[in-house]
Amino acid sequence: MEQILANGLYLGAQYALIALGLTLIFSLMNVLNFAHGQMYVFGGFVTYTVVAQWGLPFIVGLVSSAVILAVMGALIEKFLFRPVIRKSKRDESTMLLAAGIAFFLDAVILLLFGEKQRGVPKIVDGVFNWDMRLIMPYDRILIGVLAIALIVGFIALMQYTKAGRAMRALAQDRMAAQLMGVDVDRYSMIGFALGALLAGLVGGLLVTITGINLGMGGPTSIKAFMMIMIGGAGVISGAIAGGFILGMMESIGLTVLAVYGDITYLAIFASLMVFLAFRPQGLMGKPWG
Amino acid sequence: MLRRTLLKTSALAAVASIAMLGTAFAENPVLKIGFVGVTSGPAAAWGTSNQRSMETRAAWINETGGYDIGGTMYDIEIVSFDDQKDPKRAIAGMEQMAQEGIHYVVGPNVDDGAAAVRPVAEQNGIMYFPYAFPKELYTAPASNAVLGMVANYQSGPAIYKYLMENNGVKKVAFIAGNESDPLSQRDSGSAAAKALGLEVVSDSVTYQMDTTDFTPVLLPVIQSAPDLLVLSGVSPANAPQLIRSARELGYTGLISTETAQDAAVLQEGAGELANGFISVGGASTPELASDMMREFVERYTAMFGEYNDESNTKVYALEYILATIAANPAAMTDVEAFKATMDTFEAPNPYMVGDAKLKYVGTTSFGQKRQVSVPLVVNVFNNGAFETMFVAQVD
Repeated sequence: MEQILANGLYLGAQYALIALGLTLIFSLMNVLNFAHGQMYVFGGFVTYTVVAQWGLPFIVGLVSSAVILAVMGALIEKFLFRPVIRKSKRDESTMLLAAGIAFFLDAVILLLFGEKQRGVPKIVDGVFNWDMRLIMPYDRILIGVLAIALIVGFIALMQYTKAGRAMRALAQDRMAAQLMGVDVDRYSMIGFALGALLAGLVGGLLVTITGINLGMGGPTSIKAFMMIMIGGAGVISGAIAGGFILGMMESIGLTVLAVYGDITYLAIFASLMVFLAFRPQGLMGKPWG
Repeated sequence: MLRRTLLKTSALAAVASIAMLGTAFAENPVLKIGFVGVTSGPAAAWGTSNQRSMETRAAWINETGGYDIGGTMYDIEIVSFDDQKDPKRAIAGMEQMAQEGIHYVVGPNVDDGAAAVRPVAEQNGIMYFPYAFPKELYTAPASNAVLGMVANYQSGPAIYKYLMENNGVKKVAFIAGNESDPLSQRDSGSAAAKALGLEVVSDSVTYQMDTTDFTPVLLPVIQSAPDLLVLSGVSPANAPQLIRSARELGYTGLISTETAQDAAVLQEGAGELANGFISVGGASTPELASDMMREFVERYTAMFGEYNDESNTKVYALEYILATIAANPAAMTDVEAFKATMDTFEAPNPYMVGDAKLKYVGTTSFGQKRQVSVPLVVNVFNNGAFETMFVAQVD
């Protein structure tokens, strides 16, 4: 039981961090960023290049991932999403654009970093073993703690800074925020950059544990969408709740359902369908959007 | 005036260059060879090593004047299609090859893709060289597929037997990804282990291919206390994580797989925790490699920046196709002539030292010669590099 809870918390922390960036972008711009998983992969490869190839400290790799992805996110918002949102009233225009960016990033990643699985050496050696009841490598504990610290930092930023307040105002009512003097273009760009930064940070953190490869983008995006569907699209607390719920469901399912074969995700998807039938807006989302 | 002259001269030079370029390309007729396989996603390393091996060898042949078939020198052009490990796309890829008039295709890389393209290949007179193991692809009445490597049901028993005799292995556990290739490899591996008298303590645990944390998946397998843990059909992306999780859970026994792996990927993903990991290697070792093999590795590295150990095997398919057509030039457009030649075909193996031969095998496993003969090299990983454990030959 202790092992299940620990695995669930560890998975939940990393999932929540992935979902935060996605839900932030959705709340600010009403954009479903299908390229979020590819941004995560890009961040992982940046950390890999800096740490494993250039031999620089892990923290430099992590900061590089964050900065590069933030700049990438800002440029994507300014030159791709902003003109499309301005010219098209149809939601599917931005969805198609996001899907196109996902394919484009896949191709760029293949060209820049190649097709192989990559990883960086463990940042902390050793395994915590509590009488075989709870086994957790120290590096996972560290990454889990870092992920939770980043979530807390993100909440503090959204709660107590001018930019955070502006973004929350934008998320609540774009028109009202504009009338109150919020620079919509500026804060949309900052929001998108922050979302991409979070994707890059998770990629950089997890490359030490899971490694990274070209094919991880799509499944990561799917899991992130599941989390925000559980928690409620566009709600920060919902993304965090969705991440931890999915992590815990996965951990419990893999242990309890293992004897029946690989049916954990079958059970999760079936539960999600039933849940959405009763509460389509998710746990914390509002029925009116 | 000077400007006009300069312009005229430049235009003339440009026209002349284009004309000369055209002449240069037109010097040799072109023989197109296809590749349909996976070059994106988690298994991209398998297909990419195929495609890059073919492109490296084709560039090398073209640079040195072409390939001699019936007294005519042919330039080789590789036409590639990424099937994304999707059988529907593999069919589309094979149809594209047929439309381009291609009769020889390397790939697909996985079982369902190879099975899916069979009708298209047979209807359009295409010989294809899959890296997939279903026996029905290679046994009569099927006749257009040629297995491009050693199958797991050929390598698995050899590995288990070696470990029983040399390491005292008695109990074995299998874990596989929830996809057709790993599952079928697990089933045949488990059956082979039982046939050898090993006790199979776990063979029902599977995992999603996009799993990022293998600790909960591996826990029940490790609790069954095997002497040998077999990672059936494991992809290069998942192998380091599985090894790492198993070791972190305190497992000290042997770990093996029947798929090919990459030393750099293991080192980066699992480091010294991967020491002792046993896998089927590319069909070459430093002791076996000829000068031509070494030059191939150099050229591949120069073209793509980094070599892939799997290409030690993947280099062979194109060589077999070209050498067989050279042995019977009628096979260039007639695959029946190719099939007839396969039964007696034999040529020097340029990638191995000694008097090794290129020849088709598979009579024992398939009842007909529908497999390329490459050495079965079993490696053990130690401190960032593979060491040869033993070498065997498949009939």
